[in-house]
Amino acid sequence: MGHDLLLSPHSSTPMYVQIVEQVVAKVMAGEWKPGAPLPSIRELAADSRVSVITVKRAYLELERAGVIVTRQGKGSFVADALDATQALATQEFQGQLKGLLDAASKLGLDRRQIVERVEQALSAQADAAQSKNTNSDRRKPA
Amino acid sequence: MTLALALEGVRKQYEDFALHDIDLVLPAGQVMGLVGVNGAGKSTLLRLLMGLIRADGGKVEVLGQRLPQAQVAVKRDIGYASDDMRLYRGQTLRWHMDFVRGIYPGWDEAYAQDLLKRFDLRPQQALGGFSHGQRVKALLLLIFARHPRLLLLDEPTTGLDPVARGEVLDALADVLRDEERSILFSSHNTADIEQIADAITFLHAGRIVASRDKESFLDGWRRILCRGAWTDALRQLPGLASVRDSAPLFEVKTGAFDASTLPALQALGYAIESVEPMSLEDIFVTTVRGGNNA
Repeated sequence: MGHDLLLSPHSSTPMYVQIVEQVVAKVMAGEWKPGAPLPSIRELAADSRVSVITVKRAYLELERAGVIVTRQGKGSFVADALDATQALATQEFQGQLKGLLDAASKLGLDRRQIVERVEQALSAQADAAQSKNTNSDRRKPA
Repeated sequence: MTLALALEGVRKQYEDFALHDIDLVLPAGQVMGLVGVNGAGKSTLLRLLMGLIRADGGKVEVLGQRLPQAQVAVKRDIGYASDDMRLYRGQTLRWHMDFVRGIYPGWDEAYAQDLLKRFDLRPQQALGGFSHGQRVKALLLLIFARHPRLLLLDEPTTGLDPVARGEVLDALADVLRDEERSILFSSHNTADIEQIADAITFLHAGRIVASRDKESFLDGWRRILCRGAWTDALRQLPGLASVRDSAPLFEVKTGAFDASTLPALQALGYAIESVEPMSLEDIFVTTVRGGNNA
């Protein structure tokens, strides 16, 4: 499997995030199969010309997201398929959540306002679902 | 945890320059980049570690051994490169390789051959005919092929063209594969340091002004653009290193960015326009300038 990640020091995306994204992409594309061993941290660092600490941090994030598992003394492996789907969805959710918070901070919303809006959105969604049901109910007699 | 080097309260006084109270630790297997302007003390620090000069006070330990007592033993495991090292102009690179090979039993001829190709050097050419870049690469080859446990490199990429710089960085990256080997290198070129260093140390006017692992370093710094009216309370923002006033916009640079930073700015009545990570170069310049203002 291709070990070379294509990393750019000039991107505004931090290096460790680029590693996370590219490993996730390889796993999603099936290039790196469930259960397959990942390159060791030092191998990947040397091959990709990035520091060991950066790769370490990326692997920790990938582990936390459940994309990879690390076994003591054996190295890291791509997580099993089921976990991976779940993990990728979690990863996407986390990404969107971060985007939401970034956008909120640009607007200068405080914690309370953010929570309020999220609750509004949730109840709007619930209302929509309900009114869809009620509408179809109403339509029947009409 | 084994340490590649440990400095404690190290001092060195010259007539017009001094190193003050240097505390520095580099765990084995790590790469540390030393950043500083000309005259900050980078070379003096590296020379102290190589045992070329003696500290006036404090403790210097390299590869677990105390300097200057263990100098001879330690030097065997150190590879030191600096601009003031001379090669014999009249001799070929091959002659130099055989010379080093005769002294150091750890010489790796296969790796030396590999480096000859990668550095695009001709072994039968006399050093006098080498360009500056070729001389630098030849010196590094002579060091790298010994596989020293600690590399002390003073501005290894300065004066190299972009292609040669890439070749040298690639060779440095080879060292990352081995968890016993460590590198301390100085450079003006923060991009080089940012790329392969695990830890970063800023040296300014003979003092360490910051020393942290790279990830927390880059994580902790942000340039924040915010909109609002000036208030003196802005100066109290944690980690504040610089503020530029372009009312109604303000540019704030902080070295202690965390989850509480933006709420703190908002509490002062500022609307956040943008939050950007900073390059190592920007962090360095901001740190040095901020230190002068404080």
